[in-house]
Amino acid sequence: MAVLLLAEVTGGELNLDATSKAVAAAAQLGEVTALCAGASAAAAGEAAAKIDGVAKVLVAEDDSLGHRLAESTAALIVSLAGDYEHIVAPATTDAKNVMPRVAALLDVMVISDVSGIVDGATFERPIYAGNAVQTVKSKDATKVVTIRTSTFDAAGEQAAAAVETVSAAADPGLSEWVEDHVAESDRPELTSAGRVVSGGRGLGSEENFELIEKLADKLGAAVGASRAAVDSGYAPNDWQVGQTGKVVAPELYVAVGISGAIQHLAGMKDSKVIVAINKDEEAPIFQVADYGLVGDLFDVVPELTEKL
Amino acid sequence: MKVLVPVKRVIDYNVKVRVKSDGSGVDLANVKMSMNPFDEIAVEEAIRLKESGAAEEVVAVSIGVKQAQETLRTALAMGADRAILVVAAEDVHQDIEPLAVAKILKGVIDAEQPGLVLAGKQAIDNDMNATGQMLSALLGWSQATFASKVEIEGEHAKVTREVDGGLQTIKVKMPAIVTVDLRLNEPRYASLPNIMKAKKKPLDEKTPGDYGVDVAPRLEILKTEEPAERKAGVMVGSVDELIEKLKTEAGVL
Repeated sequence: MAVLLLAEVTGGELNLDATSKAVAAAAQLGEVTALCAGASAAAAGEAAAKIDGVAKVLVAEDDSLGHRLAESTAALIVSLAGDYEHIVAPATTDAKNVMPRVAALLDVMVISDVSGIVDGATFERPIYAGNAVQTVKSKDATKVVTIRTSTFDAAGEQAAAAVETVSAAADPGLSEWVEDHVAESDRPELTSAGRVVSGGRGLGSEENFELIEKLADKLGAAVGASRAAVDSGYAPNDWQVGQTGKVVAPELYVAVGISGAIQHLAGMKDSKVIVAINKDEEAPIFQVADYGLVGDLFDVVPELTEKL
Repeated sequence: MKVLVPVKRVIDYNVKVRVKSDGSGVDLANVKMSMNPFDEIAVEEAIRLKESGAAEEVVAVSIGVKQAQETLRTALAMGADRAILVVAAEDVHQDIEPLAVAKILKGVIDAEQPGLVLAGKQAIDNDMNATGQMLSALLGWSQATFASKVEIEGEHAKVTREVDGGLQTIKVKMPAIVTVDLRLNEPRYASLPNIMKAKKKPLDEKTPGDYGVDVAPRLEILKTEEPAERKAGVMVGSVDELIEKLKTEAGVL
């Protein structure tokens, strides 16, 4: 039973956290071959070869693969698909863009956001914004799967596996990259951070969101936001935690001024320890919090930041 | 240019989801149903393209149970010109998989020849996030997913996408499939006169057989369960107590 795993490669670099968590999941299905694709991907391939459980690495370098465009990346995966029973990727926005396209080209259903593996054909996945968990069994010969990385522990290290190069498929020339706007930050990346501090509508303004950032920096945490805060313009969208944003599962999640709408809970309720700070003692966030503190965040957060 | 917008009838996003105790699924009987919120954004964007002169006609399509008529009437009341309903299920609990939906949409598109398809990035029931990408693959068209900005520039569309870590702008060849994300626009409410007018707009009914598509699922649903509940926590009285508990009890500081 062979597994082809699309490694998460951005700008020539391997996203080790997302990829090694997907490898840990994929290793339950069979022998893992990791595919690193990009305009430059050799360095990412070398890094992927050291993830425990990777039996072989395929490196595909071509300008057409440079910005993870769906059409060329999907064509590459399909050209390799014949040798594999499973095609797996971490459920990043890039993979969510590519994998359903791969599945349709192979005439199989995609199985998105898998949170549990029962056997080679049977998978658990959250539906209805995480309000239910469905167990599905695929009848397709090839299983195309994306892995919800927050529910799997990262694979460790190993002596490097063999690396081979493969050719890109013909570029269908349907789309071209124009530009990226990537937020520069010294803080840890939201989906892999061990600690996350998130702010909600209770902050009241973009300026007040600085309170969240100061607390996060004191804790060495990533900064998140509720959809309400994003919709109100207090925080950028790529900070959004929730069903329509990012799903996180840090060791410590601090929710400040967040009421706890279902859609937000879906993005953080797998966190190990949840702290909620809210002035409304009836806020639903307290029902999932390990430690709740009722109080005015404008008093509590500065005090907490100072005393830590 | 004609714009095609697929819309799905789903449980209203404000309704609390109840998992049936026998594990057979989520209870959808006598529950408020609405248009999938992402699809509303797609309909809004299509109507704005028409209002700006970039599109001539907006066609809404729904695939599912007969009751999806209501969803299509909502799209018509917002400003779509006509609608197509493909009745593919009788039981409201039967979800048609994205692959089958994409195949039916391909059939509709072969007949309608739109220049652009605007779709929601995912449905809030099965959360698959797949139909747009699958449709694009079947048609061999370009795709731009998770759009927060769409500009039509002649034979191309410039689309800004919400991706991990920020935004990516790409240029796709038309005809294209664009799936929309939350920040693209704020959908309008249909006015009462427009709701009345929508009742007279054309709504065609079709079946999957009309497009030669088998909707039999590829994924067998074995069970549907409530997610694991978190244990109720404790309330602390002060910042000092919180720090103390996080240090000693939780061990995370």
